[in-house]
Amino acid sequence: MANVPQDLKYAKSHEWVRVNGDVATIGITDHAQHELTDVVFVELPEVGRQLSAGDACAVVESVKTASDIYSPVSGEIIEANQAVVDDPALVNREPYEAGWFYRIKLSNPAEVGALLGPEQYKLQISGA
Amino acid sequence: MPVQYTSITDEHLAVRQAAGLFDISHMGEVLVTGPAAQPFLNHTLTNDLGKLAAGQGQYTLMCNDRGGVVDDLYVYRLADQEYLLIINASRIEADVTWLERQRRAFGRRSEVELENASERLGALAIQGPRVADFINACFAGASTAGTLVSRASDLKKNEVASFHWAKDTVWLSRTGYTGEDGFEAVAPAPLLEAIWTHVLDAGKAFGLKPAGLGARDTLRTEVCYPLYGHELDEHTTPIEAGLGFFVALDKGEFVGRPVLAEQKAKGTNKKLAAFKMTDRSAPPRPGYVIWSAGQGGARLGAVVSGTMSPSLGVGIGMAFLPPDSAKAGTLLEIEIRGKRAPAVVVPKPFYRKAG
Repeated sequence: MANVPQDLKYAKSHEWVRVNGDVATIGITDHAQHELTDVVFVELPEVGRQLSAGDACAVVESVKTASDIYSPVSGEIIEANQAVVDDPALVNREPYEAGWFYRIKLSNPAEVGALLGPEQYKLQISGA
Repeated sequence: MPVQYTSITDEHLAVRQAAGLFDISHMGEVLVTGPAAQPFLNHTLTNDLGKLAAGQGQYTLMCNDRGGVVDDLYVYRLADQEYLLIINASRIEADVTWLERQRRAFGRRSEVELENASERLGALAIQGPRVADFINACFAGASTAGTLVSRASDLKKNEVASFHWAKDTVWLSRTGYTGEDGFEAVAPAPLLEAIWTHVLDAGKAFGLKPAGLGARDTLRTEVCYPLYGHELDEHTTPIEAGLGFFVALDKGEFVGRPVLAEQKAKGTNKKLAAFKMTDRSAPPRPGYVIWSAGQGGARLGAVVSGTMSPSLGVGIGMAFLPPDSAKAGTLLEIEIRGKRAPAVVVPKPFYRKAG
């Protein structure tokens, strides 16, 4: 079973969210990186971009496919993680730590409540 | 065969550095036999079968009347009047229909027999620099037909021979689709599982790993081997695809010869080129549009094969371009999700095996 940290929230499309005040950090889950296998390229949103929850905002490419990343929350991009652009394999090695994608200033913090908790996400991926 | 067993990169690198085992039972097999088997096949295929002694094989293509490719394949002369064709899985029905149609129109048709053995037979590919070190443990003893050798590792490139397997027979050829040394084995389908297990066992100490479709594609792309449906189709000729070497115009009449002869003499409107991404970017993928570099550059074509090269760490691809743009050094722009990324045409292949 893939690693599903207890302190995060999850989207059905396999993004995770770590909230710190009104800033959220977003990445893809261990389950997602395992399904993709070798990540070879990551395209991140530009700092300053305004996103609505559900917007396609990033792309992660494996050898075989390109997958869209959908923002689980709305807000303004305040930071994009250059480390995964320079070393895409970081997403596979550390999906929840160094392999994060972007940080966003939440425009509607209530959206976080509507995301999946770790137990709900575990249920989803065990059925997958 | 799955897309991958562990990861495409792992499996790809295993083949380049040690050995990989592919289940290629999805591919098709057709047996062509009889006193007129050779002239029939020489009329239907582009390469010169007259070059094959029993126990030898060659890469060849089967073309329609417009010189378009029906399939690319390997043909092995197993015995004097017995030929085995290994054809693409996606083209089994089309090829068998085409071959039957050609046979019915052939003068000496009563002296040619065709058997679609695709269900009856299965196949494996064992590829990589270490394979020669354990192939004799997989298929022991001297060969019993085809090229006569005292052990499998004595087979030379493109040679084929049969070996005892349990109470049955396996055909082994020194061929492959990866650009590495290796062998391909064809056997009755019920034997495949036991052969797979036995080979995996014999090769484990040498680094042998199962490898899937994903690695099969990245490996062949690195050495610029065509894949039917990408570089080849019924509207593309072997000349346009850069495979003129396998078109023997001098052997006499064969289906498609007039068009191919004219193309060899006068050139073509499109040429298959290999290109590499020059800045860090997403990899090129089939269907991505290609532009001439610079402001106002013309639309040149679209990617037919593309991937991130596991061996080279850069995006690589192939595309049909106007002949002037197909020259090495030509600067291109590949459209990836609405933005253009720079690339350059390079000589084929991208990768050459060591030694």
